[in-house]
Amino acid sequence: MMEIFGVPLPVLWAQLLLGLVNGSFYAMMSLGLAIIFGLLNVINLSHGALYMLGAFFTWMGLNYLGLNYWAMLVLAPLAVALVGVVVERTMLRHLYRLDHMYGLLFMIGLSHFLEGLMRSFYGVSGKSYSAPAALSGATDLGFMIMPNYRGWVVAASLAMCLLTWFVIERTRLGAYLRAGTENPKLVEAFGINVPRMVTLTYGFGVALAGLAGVLAAPVVQVTPMMGANLIVVVFAVVVIGGLNSILGAIVAGLVLGVVESLAGVYYPEASATVVFVIMAIVLMLRPAGLFGREA
Amino acid sequence: MSRIPHALAPAAALAIAAGCAAPALAQYSDDAVRIGFVTDISGTYSDNDGQGGVEAIKMAIEDFGGTVNGKKIEYMYADHLNKVDLAASTSREWFDRRGMDMLVGGANSGVGLALAKLSADKKKPFFAVTAATARLTNEECTPYTVHYAYDTVSVARGTAGAIVDEGGKTWAFLTADYAFGASLQDEATKVVEAKGGKVLAAIKHPMGTSQNFSTLLLQAQASRAQILALATNGEDLINAVKSANEFGVSRTMKMAAVLTHITEVHALGLEQTQGMYLTDGWYWDQSEASREWSKRFFEKRKKMPTSMQAADYSSVLTYLKAVQAAGTDDGDAVMKQLKSTRIHDMYTDDGFIRADGRMVYDMFLRQVKSPQESKYPWDYYKTVRAIPGDEAFTTRAETKCSLWK
Repeated sequence: MMEIFGVPLPVLWAQLLLGLVNGSFYAMMSLGLAIIFGLLNVINLSHGALYMLGAFFTWMGLNYLGLNYWAMLVLAPLAVALVGVVVERTMLRHLYRLDHMYGLLFMIGLSHFLEGLMRSFYGVSGKSYSAPAALSGATDLGFMIMPNYRGWVVAASLAMCLLTWFVIERTRLGAYLRAGTENPKLVEAFGINVPRMVTLTYGFGVALAGLAGVLAAPVVQVTPMMGANLIVVVFAVVVIGGLNSILGAIVAGLVLGVVESLAGVYYPEASATVVFVIMAIVLMLRPAGLFGREA
Repeated sequence: MSRIPHALAPAAALAIAAGCAAPALAQYSDDAVRIGFVTDISGTYSDNDGQGGVEAIKMAIEDFGGTVNGKKIEYMYADHLNKVDLAASTSREWFDRRGMDMLVGGANSGVGLALAKLSADKKKPFFAVTAATARLTNEECTPYTVHYAYDTVSVARGTAGAIVDEGGKTWAFLTADYAFGASLQDEATKVVEAKGGKVLAAIKHPMGTSQNFSTLLLQAQASRAQILALATNGEDLINAVKSANEFGVSRTMKMAAVLTHITEVHALGLEQTQGMYLTDGWYWDQSEASREWSKRFFEKRKKMPTSMQAADYSSVLTYLKAVQAAGTDDGDAVMKQLKSTRIHDMYTDDGFIRADGRMVYDMFLRQVKSPQESKYPWDYYKTVRAIPGDEAFTTRAETKCSLWK
């Protein structure tokens, strides 16, 4: 059997594929963060809590309302977006004028509030959610057994990422958005309602977190702290990709998923730290991130 | 410290000066028996102990009647947030300023070790209940520590021994990369090797690995071991089991969770956990007495109690009985009483507290039922066999505790 650095090739293939699966979660989460940062200049530390909320909404939909996975795939992100819009309109809005630190503290507070709320209702062990029947089961690829559901996660999140990138970079709507962040006064002078655009953008950004939550619900246990574990890595991913770069967020998400996975083969203890090592190196060599524009 | 606590010293001195003995004053400090409980009420371990543990101790005090020999029983509790310094400073404050007579330490081994030391300094009984580390009654034993429920030695021995006996000779570990995981793995490895088995792989995972378990699981599978031993707990254990099922690892390897609580089985569901072996000292459905108590607990919490919460209840009841029998809440007198009585209650038919502080009783090897075998809510385990107390825990030949050598 062929080996690379002492690891058989089939094992390596399996890890590459797994890295892609995990990376697609990172990509979708960091994409939402990058959009919000790019357009609102807000570091959305509550992103992890909103991802958790998306997963819990999925579970609640099934258990309280009898709505299946496919219905919640649409409804849960909308519900998370609604939460986001309410937060932006009633609270976040008042912090734009102030120092970044206020927004950051507010976001940390919001995360703790949401996590504490869910913990008081559902406990720390959380709830288990099964993959929909159509996607359950697994395919034997020869070198590994690939659960069908994970394949769907990769396809769905890549499609969503590309769609988002296309809308923002290649359409008129996206052009307004980008212009609005560069010079809100001027864009408003053209008769465009910038505050509403900002609200909707925030709503869309957190909806992506909600969607990642729905996709994750059958993969991991739905627990109040599921987002807190993820958000730290996702932030590192965004920093590596470049805080304001949409393409950077997507590419860095996928690549780092793979890197993490490969680290797990050669030195499992490092799999949790490798992302941060890369972040430190990138910050030293290219502070704006791999795809970021130097300010 | 003298038998008369600071607060009462002037009063006692007065009494002696007046020439009249005051035995009642000296026997119960502050005229009350005060019990303190610090545990994780909001973090990782809060489902296993937490608010349910707080409630269980309340039940014990109520069931005892609220008083011991006419003295009121007072109860205080706090969340230690899994911070050793916070747990220690809260307990110290309770000992020094609020006249606490006995401390129950809930989840977290690090916290347990710190509180054992503190309680020994204060010469007051300390009951460690959910903390798993066997060091509490081994290297770091004290005359005032009582280790209730399980420990890392008993759960590892029970589960690993049974599996090797059934032919599971080759093992791969997936281990939480901190002290707790390492000691679980060490204990289990000793048993596996002593019985002629072999450990083919030991993969460490960082805490909070969540969806990335797949990577590590495939490596464990690549070792071609028969048994996948999960030396981890809480959310990590839950996610590891989930991924193992998803990636078909559980089809080629038999899963064994070295330390499992019923809350984890409940959270995962029987579909994912069926057939898994585990060792525990108590299960709500094990006897008439345990069922009766669990139903009362369920009324209050809407969840069946974990073995930890039952142990919280039993430990406080055992303490109160000892105080009653000794006729004092003096730490040394109560410890002497505790170490000379047998425990018979809803937790165990027959238990006793050894010189090293270990509460010795029969542990049970259990197996998770399949969904078809489960007939009613929370009907999760079948009992494979009892593991006699003197086999389950650290033996006299192995101990490093000077109190028991």
